[in-house]
Amino acid sequence: MHAPLRTGRRPFGRMLAAFAGAAMSVCAAALPVQAQAQDTIKVGVLHSLSGTMAISETTLKDVMLMLIDEQNAKGGLLGKKLEAVVVDPASNWPLFAEKARELITKDKVAVVFGCWTSVSRKSVLPVFKELNSILFYPVQYEGEESERNVFYTGAAPNQQAIPAVDYLMKEEGVERWVLEGTDYVYPRTTNKILEAYLKSKGVKADDISINYTPFGHADWQTRVAEIKKFGSAGKKTAVVSTINGDANVPFYKELANQGVKATDIPVVAFSVGEEELAGIDTKPLVGHLAAWNYFQSIDTPENAAFIEKWKAFTKNPKRVSNDPMEAHVIGFAMWVKAVEKAGTTDPDKVIAALPGTTAPNLTGGTSEMLPNHHITKPVFIGEIRDDGQFDVVWQTEGLVPGDAWSNYLEGSKDLEADWVKMKCGNYNTKTEKCGG
Amino acid sequence: MSIIRWLVVLSFAVGVLLAAPPVGAAPYEDALANLSGKSFKQTEQAIDALGASADERAAPVLRALLDGRLSYDPAGARLVVEGADGALRDAMTGDVITSSPADLDRIRINNRLRRAIAAALGTLTLRAADPARRRAAAEAVYKSRDAGSLEALEAALAAETDPGVKQAMTEARAAILLDARDTPDLDRLAAIGVLRARGDQSALALLTSLPDDTPDTVKRTADAAADAIRSDLKLWEAGQNTWYGVSLGSVLLLAAIGLAITFGVMGVINMAHGEMVMLGAYTTFVVQEVIRQQKFSLWIPGTDIGTTLPLPFPVSLDWSLPIAVPLAFLVTALIGILIERSVIRFLYGRPLETLLATWGLSLVLQQAVRTAFGPTNKEVSNPSWMSGAFEIGHLVITYNRLWIVCFSLAVFATLLLMLRFTRLGLEMRAVTQNRAMAASVGIRTGRIDALTFGLGSGIAGIAGVALSQIDNVSPNLGQGYIIDSFMVVVFGGVGNLWGTLVGAFTLGIANKFLEPFAGAVLGKILILVLLILFIQRRPRGLFALAGRAVEA
Repeated sequence: MHAPLRTGRRPFGRMLAAFAGAAMSVCAAALPVQAQAQDTIKVGVLHSLSGTMAISETTLKDVMLMLIDEQNAKGGLLGKKLEAVVVDPASNWPLFAEKARELITKDKVAVVFGCWTSVSRKSVLPVFKELNSILFYPVQYEGEESERNVFYTGAAPNQQAIPAVDYLMKEEGVERWVLEGTDYVYPRTTNKILEAYLKSKGVKADDISINYTPFGHADWQTRVAEIKKFGSAGKKTAVVSTINGDANVPFYKELANQGVKATDIPVVAFSVGEEELAGIDTKPLVGHLAAWNYFQSIDTPENAAFIEKWKAFTKNPKRVSNDPMEAHVIGFAMWVKAVEKAGTTDPDKVIAALPGTTAPNLTGGTSEMLPNHHITKPVFIGEIRDDGQFDVVWQTEGLVPGDAWSNYLEGSKDLEADWVKMKCGNYNTKTEKCGG
Repeated sequence: MSIIRWLVVLSFAVGVLLAAPPVGAAPYEDALANLSGKSFKQTEQAIDALGASADERAAPVLRALLDGRLSYDPAGARLVVEGADGALRDAMTGDVITSSPADLDRIRINNRLRRAIAAALGTLTLRAADPARRRAAAEAVYKSRDAGSLEALEAALAAETDPGVKQAMTEARAAILLDARDTPDLDRLAAIGVLRARGDQSALALLTSLPDDTPDTVKRTADAAADAIRSDLKLWEAGQNTWYGVSLGSVLLLAAIGLAITFGVMGVINMAHGEMVMLGAYTTFVVQEVIRQQKFSLWIPGTDIGTTLPLPFPVSLDWSLPIAVPLAFLVTALIGILIERSVIRFLYGRPLETLLATWGLSLVLQQAVRTAFGPTNKEVSNPSWMSGAFEIGHLVITYNRLWIVCFSLAVFATLLLMLRFTRLGLEMRAVTQNRAMAASVGIRTGRIDALTFGLGSGIAGIAGVALSQIDNVSPNLGQGYIIDSFMVVVFGGVGNLWGTLVGAFTLGIANKFLEPFAGAVLGKILILVLLILFIQRRPRGLFALAGRAVEA
């Protein structure tokens, strides 16, 4: 007997179902196994693995997996294995809050390492406060914040922007400034602080030019020409760049093509590291600067060991390391120590144990978690080399403590953050009240 | 570096100083003995001394220092130069070093030192045999305005025969004289005249920052000259803005031209258009990577089964773009045809579903590329013929932009000719104008639909090759262009290629004239507002199609 003829649609539908099933099983395989929930401590990793920010954040997810592996190889924590719970907030700010909630309530993670952009951090803040959990935030940011549930392992403005400007003023004799940024909260706040700082150093308003461009700005011809024009007033000029993300590559390409050399108009960037330079031919950019708390080229045994482990873990000998990665290394080590000290992963006890905890950083020093939930870090100024790495040309003596509230902004200079004695993130020293 | 290592270096440095011949030694040897990279300050002194030594051996050493090929060998207490051929030479004696030293410290420099080296090299090479080098030397002296170079400059100027180089040297001399104190007024006035004739931004900078002891009469002349330069430059600026606008317009045209086919001609709201551009850019990356490695690997994804083949003959990176253009066209056209046959053909006449489906496809393609190539930017280098810039008067034109303008116009012309004069073009026009009639005269409309969509996608792919030269090659590349592309096509008039051309250049130039005073953010907002108002007045865009095609 012949089987009845099938219409064309049904196999298609079946194929679709099979495909969907296969896709789901692949996705499920990608997630860590959650059967052994009883005897593990869960660590949430909240970094975008798709969308615009995936370019920067995927690396941080990999670093976290490596650190957790390493801790497990050492025997875990409190006699339990650590287990990473990776979620993908897809560069979608409201989704960050949703995923954070899912991590804390559904997966019951003990701590979350995550976020990159300030807007994603701001969107998860209420969730961490409401559910009383812990977030480690690894990226340099604009400051003006200190929350009980958040630990900031990246640089505050006084650990990056201010020293960089000091360097240009002293070593390069810069008198005229272009503050060039992407149009969102981090560059706008940082530039406000820098403008106030420069004016306090006697720079005239005429000698400061502030300009913003949209995210992903690709046509830099006009801006670079304007910078050249601004720089031809007979005073040494520098560009302070808070340009973020994808816009950097076309910006540097245009600088190179229009022949703006670092010896004429140096550009110091706060968001350009080894990862970002990996996409550019850096030969025409030699000498342009970046300010960070870590560079891959820093020659210490700790750093060499870390880079070796990182390359082995990613199975890629060309993989570069960068500043936010180091921040996660420090933050994770501090969290492990604090949990050991508290003897539990209970958020209240760990939050209380964290201030005062120290961890070695990769540049040869020891960073300490401060009562304002920021850490001490060294500041390095590096010049771009022709191989996409940086030569450190200047560094601070010793470590700089992170300052949550800038001393150069009206309204923030009287504020202090202290979660140990005052139990307050914005204590006003003038009115002697907590709450700004 | 550890303290012990510093101590070792220091003790060797002291040793070298003690061992160096004392008084009366040649300045070159003295300067070199001081160069051990201990501190930036010490290196700077050594550079200045080398510049003043007037020794012909100094220039190669300085050039090596600038390129990072100069190292200090603490074990042998000597400076080692790495030649272009990779051979190591002792900087002092010039002998080739056969046994490579155990520990070499590259002498590090910073921007201040780079300036010092450029100034020293300028002074040293003013009498070089090659006129281009002499000219570069004169430019370096012009930039450094180092009064110490004046003597060497005047000697070189007296001996100079090449008029171009002579002009550059005269300008350099004027810059030094104007910048120095105690220059006689007559010389100052002459210098102002020379700089006024040069008339560029650097001359303006010199004229507006005179030394304190300049008398008022000279100051007034300088001010007048500066004003004259400013008003000249203003005119040039308008020209420059027009050029920037044309160049932005050409980028918009390239991005939009494929969409003008898929959306404009076929009426498919193709949200995955940007991803075709992105795939074209990644094709360029793959081509460049194969050329860099001089071999290509074929393997089944996810397995180790595959093979690596060397290229049959060496290919230069300069050829990467001509090779990438047809490849990108093929790759994206095939993917386009695949998308049309598997998804879009079921959705003709249902614009909302098409929009959602193609938007979903764009996410799938993005994530597929992210999984295959990783989320980070890929390096696509500019071939040598696309790097740098040249000047026409005070107009700076970068080669990459110039090539992109030419390329976009060439693509546009080819497409226009193809639609007008080939059988495929004729059939495409027939199908889009009246599908039923075309079908009834024997045109296989399904095939034409697929080919048209493939053509649009393929053109987006070659746009990606060009855009890889000025933008990031990352999975997000396409997102940045999709809005602009739709804007151009809608503004120009749906279904009209000429409209796309005019629309792209109008938007480009308008954007660039708004940007200098409105800023990039506000400029873009203004353009969008103007566009909305325009579409309110003329819903069909600049060049509306008339006749039956509109109703079809």
